[in-house]
Amino acid sequence: MRKSTKTFLTSLGLDLRLLGMLGALVFLWIMFDLITGGRFLTPRNMFNLSVQTTSVALMATGMVFVIVIRNIDLSVGSMLGFIGMTVAALQVQVLPDIVGLGHWSIWIIAAIAAIIMGALIGAIQGWVIGYLLIPSFIVTLGGLLVYRGAMWWVTRGQTVAPLDPTFRLLGGGADGTLGETLSWWFGIIASLIAVVLMLASRRRKSNHGFVVKPVWAEAILMTLTVGLILTFVMTMNSYKIAKGALPRIAEARGIEMTEGLTLYHGVAIPVIILLIVTVAMTVISTRTRFGRYIYATGGNPEAAELSGINTRLLTVKVFALLGALTGISAVVASARLGAVDVGLGTLDELRVIAAAVIGGTALAGGSGTIYGAVIGALIMQSLQSGMASVGVDAPLQSIVVGIVLVFAVWVDIVYRRKTGA
Amino acid sequence: MEQKTPLVEMRNMRISFGGIHAVDDVSVDLHPGEVVGLLGHNGAGKSTLIKILSGAYAADSGEIYIEGEKATINNPRDARAYNIETIYQTLALADNLDAASNLFLGRELVTGTGMLDDDAMEAETRKIMGRLNPNFVKFSEPVSALSGGQRQSVAIARAVYFNARILIMDEPTAALGPQETAMVSELIQQLKADGIGIFLISHDIHDVMELCDRASVMKNGKLVGTVDIKDVTDDDLLSMIILGKQPGAAPVSG
Repeated sequence: MRKSTKTFLTSLGLDLRLLGMLGALVFLWIMFDLITGGRFLTPRNMFNLSVQTTSVALMATGMVFVIVIRNIDLSVGSMLGFIGMTVAALQVQVLPDIVGLGHWSIWIIAAIAAIIMGALIGAIQGWVIGYLLIPSFIVTLGGLLVYRGAMWWVTRGQTVAPLDPTFRLLGGGADGTLGETLSWWFGIIASLIAVVLMLASRRRKSNHGFVVKPVWAEAILMTLTVGLILTFVMTMNSYKIAKGALPRIAEARGIEMTEGLTLYHGVAIPVIILLIVTVAMTVISTRTRFGRYIYATGGNPEAAELSGINTRLLTVKVFALLGALTGISAVVASARLGAVDVGLGTLDELRVIAAAVIGGTALAGGSGTIYGAVIGALIMQSLQSGMASVGVDAPLQSIVVGIVLVFAVWVDIVYRRKTGA
Repeated sequence: MEQKTPLVEMRNMRISFGGIHAVDDVSVDLHPGEVVGLLGHNGAGKSTLIKILSGAYAADSGEIYIEGEKATINNPRDARAYNIETIYQTLALADNLDAASNLFLGRELVTGTGMLDDDAMEAETRKIMGRLNPNFVKFSEPVSALSGGQRQSVAIARAVYFNARILIMDEPTAALGPQETAMVSELIQQLKADGIGIFLISHDIHDVMELCDRASVMKNGKLVGTVDIKDVTDDDLLSMIILGKQPGAAPVSG
């Protein structure tokens, strides 16, 4: 019986680690749903969960690479705050004087500035780590203090608000969604792309005469993938927009406001950003030379060097990439709040590292997946909002999250020992 | 053989680490189709000398000539550009990657869009492994899951696949059983016949006597001497290694 289950899973080609993480996630969701009497697995809560996960998940995908090359970045929380504050000041205090208040280009300039700023800060840190050979723990611990201090200097501690209305769409919320129709289109296109990629991979393998998965296994995987995407879209599309916001949203979507009109949220814009980043980072990690060198360097830095890989420059690139992602994350986080105060991003570095580690990234380096980190972030956020909705107070939440983190890493270590991976 | 331009000539190489002269004024050369053994105790400087040629270390002084032309080798990429391939004693494999990823590390095959072509790399790996080690079947597992001999064959395949002209083998049979050792000996004969020059570092005098044309012996970072294998006995080589003396019995040739 056990053996046949195992053969079944092997034919599907799914790894045990992914199944374990998904299992943990489903377990948490069902448990919280039972405790709250059905208030957890609602479209509203799932929508909020998806938006709340974004900021940490974005950075966690970049943190995977940093940890894979045997480094760490403790500065991302402060960096997010510093970038968020700078970009907020830029769009509220600087740009209106140059291009005019409410100008359409403000959000684009602000978002690009955030990404460039993140990439630059990351590259500088990476250079100090890679070329001056100062341990990343120290360099980024310094960064944590420096950026939090620098953030204060930007506005001398003042909160910046309100942010540009278009910019704020990037944070999600009732306005910042695709709406129902676009969400369906998004779901359909994403499903098509997934199916085409799976077929293409299958054809490539059989062209080389390799053994491919049985047709039924491939069919099950495709059905699961498409089902998952469409279920997600359907859930987001069944979260009603509150009465108060209805006239505003109707106007924004160009729908005539009538009595008894019901509109639904659809997929939030930051979630789309996260999905695009996740796909891009997965492609980088599995299909590009850069990604291959990251894993090779993590597995055996000396061998990577002897194979002609410039591991120092690689370090700079990896930290710059995480910096750029932190920039995107700063946009999403500040847009979501609509204002930036000096506390933005505090302790995010620990959430990001925890997400990557829960997602199966080994601190010893050499292994870790992008999807793992995203699921890790989702597990962390589910745990936190689940406990909040059950009424667990903040101190106990921290205690539970801390214990879960250690437990998850222990499970991972046992798993690695058993599989020899 | 003397009048031909050597494939590799290393002249007066020196390198020191923290005041210790790891390689001190050593000159060696290698001709096409020739196997030159490098002998000496642990710490004699053989591996260090060879790492200068493979680009892992930068020499403090000395000159390298490849086919008579002065070569600048500052890093492993430079060495590869001169078709110098190395099988390191440590094998230099990334344990978390599979055989194909290791074989092509730094020289990946890509598709038209610049993406890694893992399937093509695996197909190529299957081909060369079929030739070198037909028992090799674990293509999709990380090399950490392989036996010592299998790992060794991945390292050898990597050096052979890219049309090496100069091959450096640092203890290539250290981790191998008798059958696999015989396979490596056969491979060396075959590469030699193809005109490839091979530096073979070995502790095993019998290997050296059997496979090499000449042997250079090092002791404490200095070159004791270079001899033709056909002119010396096991004992001569041993006394060079242990006593650091040129064998009195060795006839002065040419």
